[in-house]
Amino acid sequence: MLQDKDRIFTNLYGQDDWKLEGARKRGDWDNTAAILAKGRDGVVAEMKASGLRGRGGAGFPTGLKWSFMPKQSDGRPHYLVINGDESEPGTCKDREVMRHEPHKLIESALIASFAMGAHAAYIYIRGEFFREAEHLQYAVDEAYAAGLLGKNAAGTGWDFDFYIHRGAGAYICGEETALLESLEGKKGQPRMKPPFPAGVGLYGCPTTVNNVESISVASTIMRRGASWFAGLGRPNNAGSKLMAISGHVNTPCVFEEELGVPLKDIIEKHGGGVRGGWDNLLAVIPGGCSVPVLPKSICETVLMDYDSLRAERSGLGTACMIVMDKSTDIIEAIARFSRFFKHESCGQCTPCREGTGWMMRMMDRMVQGRAELEEIDLLEQVTRQVEGHTICALGDAAAWPIQGLIRHFRPEMEARIRQYKAAPGGTGLVQVPAHGVPVAAE
Amino acid sequence: MNTPWKPAEQPDKFTFDAASEAEIAKVLVKYPEARKASAVMPMLYIAQRQMGRETGSAWVPVAAMDEIARRLDMAPIRVYEVASFYTMFNTRPIGRYHLQVCTTTSCWLRGSDDVVHACKKAAGIGGFGETSEDGLFTLTQVECLGACANAPILQVDDDFYEDMDGPRTEALIAALRAGERPPAGPTVNRCGSAPEGGCKTLLVTPEAASENQ
Amino acid sequence: MVRVIVDGTPVDVAPGSSALQACEAAGKEIPRFCYHERLSVAGNCRMCLVQVVRAPKPVASCGFPVSEGMEILTDTDVVRRARRAVMEFLLINHPLDCPICDQGGECDLQDQAYGYGTGISRYHEDKRAVTDKNLGPLVKTVMTRCIQCTRCVRFTTEVAGTPELGMVSRGENAEITTYVEKALTSELSGNLIDICPVGALTAKPTAFHARSWEYKKTDSIDVLDALGTNIQVQARGGEVMRIVPRVNDEVNEEWLSDKARFSVDGLKRRRLDKPWVRVHGKFHAASWQDAFVSLARRLDGVSGDRIGAVAGDLCDAESLCALKDLMSALGSSNIDCRQDGAWYDTSAREGYLFNSDIVGIDEADALLIVGSVPRHEAPVLNARIRKRFLRAGRGGFPIAMIGASSADPTYDVTFLGDGPDVLTSLLDGSIPFAETLKSAKRPMIILGHGALTRRDAQAVYEACRTLAEQSGAIADGWNGFNILHTAASRVGALDLGFLPGPRGLAAANMLRGGVDVLWLMGADEFPIDKIAPETFVVYQGHHGDAAAARADIILPGAAYTEKPGTYVNMAGRVQRAFRAVFPPGDAREDWRILRAFSEVVGHTLPYDTLEALRARMVEVNPVFASIGSVATPQARLPAQAEGTAQKTTAEFSASAFRPAIDDYYQTNPISRASPTMAECSRIYAPVRAVAAE
Repeated sequence: MLQDKDRIFTNLYGQDDWKLEGARKRGDWDNTAAILAKGRDGVVAEMKASGLRGRGGAGFPTGLKWSFMPKQSDGRPHYLVINGDESEPGTCKDREVMRHEPHKLIESALIASFAMGAHAAYIYIRGEFFREAEHLQYAVDEAYAAGLLGKNAAGTGWDFDFYIHRGAGAYICGEETALLESLEGKKGQPRMKPPFPAGVGLYGCPTTVNNVESISVASTIMRRGASWFAGLGRPNNAGSKLMAISGHVNTPCVFEEELGVPLKDIIEKHGGGVRGGWDNLLAVIPGGCSVPVLPKSICETVLMDYDSLRAERSGLGTACMIVMDKSTDIIEAIARFSRFFKHESCGQCTPCREGTGWMMRMMDRMVQGRAELEEIDLLEQVTRQVEGHTICALGDAAAWPIQGLIRHFRPEMEARIRQYKAAPGGTGLVQVPAHGVPVAAE
Repeated sequence: MNTPWKPAEQPDKFTFDAASEAEIAKVLVKYPEARKASAVMPMLYIAQRQMGRETGSAWVPVAAMDEIARRLDMAPIRVYEVASFYTMFNTRPIGRYHLQVCTTTSCWLRGSDDVVHACKKAAGIGGFGETSEDGLFTLTQVECLGACANAPILQVDDDFYEDMDGPRTEALIAALRAGERPPAGPTVNRCGSAPEGGCKTLLVTPEAASENQ
Repeated sequence: MVRVIVDGTPVDVAPGSSALQACEAAGKEIPRFCYHERLSVAGNCRMCLVQVVRAPKPVASCGFPVSEGMEILTDTDVVRRARRAVMEFLLINHPLDCPICDQGGECDLQDQAYGYGTGISRYHEDKRAVTDKNLGPLVKTVMTRCIQCTRCVRFTTEVAGTPELGMVSRGENAEITTYVEKALTSELSGNLIDICPVGALTAKPTAFHARSWEYKKTDSIDVLDALGTNIQVQARGGEVMRIVPRVNDEVNEEWLSDKARFSVDGLKRRRLDKPWVRVHGKFHAASWQDAFVSLARRLDGVSGDRIGAVAGDLCDAESLCALKDLMSALGSSNIDCRQDGAWYDTSAREGYLFNSDIVGIDEADALLIVGSVPRHEAPVLNARIRKRFLRAGRGGFPIAMIGASSADPTYDVTFLGDGPDVLTSLLDGSIPFAETLKSAKRPMIILGHGALTRRDAQAVYEACRTLAEQSGAIADGWNGFNILHTAASRVGALDLGFLPGPRGLAAANMLRGGVDVLWLMGADEFPIDKIAPETFVVYQGHHGDAAAARADIILPGAAYTEKPGTYVNMAGRVQRAFRAVFPPGDAREDWRILRAFSEVVGHTLPYDTLEALRARMVEVNPVFASIGSVATPQARLPAQAEGTAQKTTAEFSASAFRPAIDDYYQTNPISRASPTMAECSRIYAPVRAVAAE
């Protein structure tokens, strides 16, 4: 478990002053020039050595990503784009950074931009975070006034501008290329890759898109050293991470924790335990809605990190977990995700546009039980038909929760169907499939 | 005070007022001149806010979109596409207060159904997407608002009211009706997204923590 | 070249090609909906998914760049499953209304569903329905059929340059629309019907008229503008049902203008289907024999120099040749093909051609447009200018215009001025665009009939030519001095020498009473009251338009779809059209009418087969021997006589250039007879009037 001395986000709850003065007291903007003095390669090497993996969900090594930026500019400017379009259901960690640690973000953005040869950074904040954007804008204005941004930012010799761009209600803009499209003033529809943003990104220029948290930890890693960060967590799952617990726990909250800690311990410590006790636990969705659900049996032992959860055919995602106790209608819980994905599909490519609606409608029927048993298989097939066939990962994200539901809770789904059939007075056993002979006759 | 609300129609003309122009000037400097189409979303927000100031209903009429297209050298259809793609741009008039209830799983698990019910009851609205007869409230079902540790959330215009339940929702709507704006944030005893009843981490003061480093 | 391996077969493709192009090069069929080779790549339909070895997921081949040694698999379980999946998704919300869908039989979705779909639907939820949109009089929408491939959005944005269509809203609710209901303002909107892979966008005027498999298809050439668009005339029974473009990259790529496509219904209306003879002021139907005899009587005793002929804009070269021969047999050198009175240097072919050829636009790097509105005079050519403009990127293809455009040109234009005096400034280098032209490697000047039909046409023409030579538009290996014609017959007629002989009269003088007998072959584009009252008028043509009403004898001819014919486009490309249907009633092919009359009048023309006539045309001008190509290599213009350039500037008139076309939809007897074109004219005319302000 992470100790207070190793916490990066020391004003996570806004219990302290979030403005420049408070931030300076917490160590932000402390001789930033010394960090940049390590040189571009030095900073990238330090980030690589820290083992930091992307905190937005995909877990791609951050230092490596920075190193993809062209070493020499071909005349096109480089851009850092920070992804603050936090919209994944269950996820609420970047919000705390933006509103309570804005200077940590801005300072880290300066370091990151320097490391990738960028003189400008845009942060794309989801539109609903109006007050968070206000805080950040205030901090940016403070930083400009204090000479920490602009020409020779913070006395580092590096010119750096930081701009805030607000989204307007589209989950898909959290996908990096959709975000760039949106930033360019278009609909947030993901681009085809290749080309990748490091080659052709914002305005056709080399661009790196990083999650708010991935960027924000950079200043502390640079100050305390890669080995300190790498010493936290487990191999290949280094460091501490912002996590959140929502749902059926006694004290839902956001917190910073070391990777590789048992899921159960986290729920017990930070969440104050499952509502009604651990045995009342039904399932946990460990990292935002697009990772598959874990039944209680797995939750007993699994560790909270990238590799452990991957091994359980789920994922760390954003590490913001949703806990459900036994009172939960798990089918409805997942059906709400299906509605979410149907609502958020950009409509660009066929499998997602058509598939999310189809899945949602089938899930709605599954909630009622108004379906045939073999339609569970059909639903599973539809998720497979969406998965891997779309331009971006939203199609996959829409498919996985349903696959997780079917994998772990198929008996519940079947029972619901039988129950529905029995309700009008039938036995609930004999059914007429959509095509072919009744199951009982086989 | 609440300005009287009347259902708006598509106006023939839209002109940015001085306050909006000041904001536009701030927005346009963020993007390279040749890429000023980037400003389309900020400009739509500015237009929507101006409509809110002028008519009490924050929405974007077609005339405003055409004006934005003209200002940014875009084809009008590109602006319509953007305005219709993002859910936060209201292309039809809404009520004075925009009640946005998150009903996605995290909020649902912690009782968003009660919040929805309370909204309908207190604001006098039949269903999602409708506006109360007095024009004060429009109720919208939104997907995850990104504050799940403080679920359920009711967003009123720009502000998140967190950790809501039925009675507190009714009280909030009553206050809005009376022309008050209760402070946003958690409605239970907690600091931001810290656990209710007191922090379990960060018990050391930040200054002490930084001394340890 | 890059070597890629497609299903085990190595193929070499150009660097930067897509996996789809590599598969095609290897002879593999890749199904697709959103991909269109003349539009940007969207990659949204996902039908073209293939497997690339070592890629974690199937990739959309249309947008995936090839790399050396890449292995592509197009026929694996993964690919087959992916295609079946995408097909199923496309069909779940697509209505099963093929039996009443005009696209049936030529529908990409229908065809590919046979190949890649399953026979049954597993979708038991409610289907989506989408409100139809009103896109004006030409394009009909059934939006429920739309598969959101966005080809139409990309076409209007990229090719047509009228970004009015978009996909609004998102997810399942995404719709193709203009958002604010309005008619599309493009002259190329009919192409939307062709590029729409399903039945969402179909032809409104011919809705429910016929099924695609019922047509007899005949290759032909469009004559409603001078571009020489390659078309296919599709007929059922004796009736032309529709006209669609054929692919010819050197002329029209695969586009067709709306006028050419939708004037079809004009071919059935106001037709001259029997000979008429005016007796005591009233028309009487006559037999061919009676008409010929009375015409021969009227000609009897009239000396050759009191007979004249004016050819119209839609004539084929065959009939022009026959009429010219007949006139010289009658002793007349009063022949003219320039009913608009245009002036060109006709001493060499390069004096009146679009010399760079249409493809030359792709290479030009600066353009000056003088007295022309390409968007109305040749919409497909205008799209080519736009294509060049877009390819060149910001500032890469500077375009300037002299003479106000009556429409948005669809590309950025520097407006230099209204009248010819701007040419003086360009010649003396006092305005910056002179330098732009001069520094360009392949500058181009397009000179239009707005400038060439004025009193000072010769002066303007010569000033432009001097400017072309000064700025390097006429140089070795490049001739960017281009005349933009509006009449399909014009270049062919000029090639045949359908011009007044040494002492012959030009069209205006013939009209003014210079001749006693005036033979009008399809000539309708001048104010008919200009014809002197005592002139005896013979009208040979296919439509009862203005000139026919003035005629004393009407000889019913064939429209372009009803005769085999040769046409030379503005760039000098000689092209052949075939007969799709027979002319109505007693109407006949025009050259046969002339041949038959020549016998009656006692000056039998020396050919009685089409082959013999064509041999005669080659004799008159060898360019008619090279069908399908631009006959002569682009040569330098003969040097101008010294001093002409200086002399001409003084002759400029101060008046502004006027557009050659007032109403794009009503420029010839066929489009004037078309109810569809009349409807377009009614709807679009006020829009254009506003745009012109």
